Amino acid sequence: MSKQTVIELKNITKVFGEKPREALTLLEQGLSKAEVQAQTSQVVGLNDVCLSVNRGEIFVVMGLSGSGKSTLIRHINRLIDPTSGTVHVNGVDILGMQPEELREFRRTEIAMVFQNFGLLPHRNVLDNVAYGLEIRGVDKSTRHGMAIEWLETVGLKGYENSRPHELSGGQKQRVGLARALIMDSGILLMDEAFSALDPLIRSGMQEQLLELQIKLKKTIFFITHDFNEAIKIGDRVAVLNDGELVQTGRPEQIILQPATDYVAEFVRDVNRARVIRVGTIMDKTLVMPCEVVVPLLSTCEDVLPLFAAHDYVGIVDSEGKRVGGIGAKGVIAALAQHHQALE
Amino acid sequence: MSGRLVYVGQIDMFPEIFETRPVRIWIDNGLDWMVKYWGDWFEAGAYPLLVMLLAIQNFLLSVPWWLIIIALGGLAYVATKRWILPIVVVVALLLVGVMELWEDAIKTMALMIAATITTIAFALPMGIAMSRSVILRRLVTPILDLMQTLPSFVYLIPVVMIFGPGKVPALIATIIYAAPPLIRLTDLGIRLVDTEIMEAAQAFGATKRQKLIGVQIPLALPTILAGINQTTMMALSMVVIASMIGAGGLGYQVLQGIGRLEVSRGLFAGLGIVALAIIFDRITQAFGKRLQERIGLSDKNS
Repeated sequence: MSKQTVIELKNITKVFGEKPREALTLLEQGLSKAEVQAQTSQVVGLNDVCLSVNRGEIFVVMGLSGSGKSTLIRHINRLIDPTSGTVHVNGVDILGMQPEELREFRRTEIAMVFQNFGLLPHRNVLDNVAYGLEIRGVDKSTRHGMAIEWLETVGLKGYENSRPHELSGGQKQRVGLARALIMDSGILLMDEAFSALDPLIRSGMQEQLLELQIKLKKTIFFITHDFNEAIKIGDRVAVLNDGELVQTGRPEQIILQPATDYVAEFVRDVNRARVIRVGTIMDKTLVMPCEVVVPLLSTCEDVLPLFAAHDYVGIVDSEGKRVGGIGAKGVIAALAQHHQALE
Repeated sequence: MSGRLVYVGQIDMFPEIFETRPVRIWIDNGLDWMVKYWGDWFEAGAYPLLVMLLAIQNFLLSVPWWLIIIALGGLAYVATKRWILPIVVVVALLLVGVMELWEDAIKTMALMIAATITTIAFALPMGIAMSRSVILRRLVTPILDLMQTLPSFVYLIPVVMIFGPGKVPALIATIIYAAPPLIRLTDLGIRLVDTEIMEAAQAFGATKRQKLIGVQIPLALPTILAGINQTTMMALSMVVIASMIGAGGLGYQVLQGIGRLEVSRGLFAGLGIVALAIIFDRITQAFGKRLQERIGLSDKNS
């Protein structure tokens, strides 16, 4: 393994109800979730979920409401304990932690952003951002100084003394983001962080997060019900359905090869031109000199305007070496083909 | 028709399953025994209550009447930042003075304040403990139901037997009557704190204490203040009954009015109680509203 695994969940099963063991035994015997629920009246939230997240990547779990995604994210900082399975963060088994160790872990290694912001309404913005540092025991002038810096970073300079209820949704979530980032922890959990925001604001926040991530290089575990959001910000995406992981992969992989009809359903509404990268569909034999070259990671959308003036474009890798090319027909065929394949 | 009015009582009488007289004798003797051997201990234990009550009463009586009117009017202004409530407060207090009820009103006020302070002192921790333990809540809730529904005379008698007539049993009876709403509302207020906010505090590694002091109590404060408002109101509604066992104050005037068939005396004292009720109700409510606005809860509803 070349990449460093930061978060590792193994065989996580979570049963809600009074008799979780009973349901667990039946699940292990191979009964389906629905059968177990019918027999024991216990609700299976997550069933045998395994995933690992690498350092510095944005890992997005996409699922509809009731799929168990909010339950899943809460296992990583142990706001919820699994019925069975293991959770390792930075190689440490967090389920084995004593309360004091767990608090220390939460104070230093992992921060969280919430769907409905979870801000403290009785404190002003500055003290909200400084909250985690206060819990950690940082003195007032230091934490206020840092909070002012982070408020500036997220674009909320001048709002220090406002109260949360005076802010708009987008501003509130910027406060939530600053409150998490100020902790300077390696891992950031984002539970539907942008779902409560208006579409335009949401898109702005997504871009801001990607921009920040270039500098911060955090390990981000992001939960969303919005497939487009998942493929826009995710380095890797996992699709969760009814408590089970259906598919995990790079956004493009999922769009080009949806594992099940369920995933294909989401892929149908995606703007493929924006996701499919030319590197995936290029013609490797096309290496003759040409007027325009684009990087491997360019999307179809990026290259389409170029075909107004050129027959084909060359493709170069990150070192500028020519690795192939593609013409207008190739792009259109790729887009149409992927479309057709799903119909 | 007359045939229907025949007395048929005995036929449907509830059968005697076992004899209850020994139980009653046991209870009565037990209480007598307690009064005889533990009475002094109880009195000694309640002595600090008496000291506090008298300190409050003597302090309020030593302050000139106009200063009290200015102070309460000022408090009303601080609570509302408008002039309507302070004017109402000043007029109501002047009326109490004009009706020659000033001293009685102060005594009643002192009893109410002492009862409220004592109630807060043990209802708040109890409410907090209940919000944290389901078992405790299940255990205490029926006791609170009992405290609220049991006719006050039923516990007034044993309390008087133990402490003797006077201010202390009046205070204790008032506390028993006035504590349940504050305990309930403290418990409720803490449990109703937004789960996501609690999760956030937990996710940042807050200890139980940090959660309680930094998040739960501040956010439950409007609800707790509503409980304190209830406590003051219920304490005031106890003053007439409390005066029967020697609490004095406005309740005693009402009692005398009834006893002497002086309707005017009863009416005036009754109006005095109403005036106090309005003053304290509106001031505590206004403070509660300000707190809610500060937190931003009232904005959501408007």
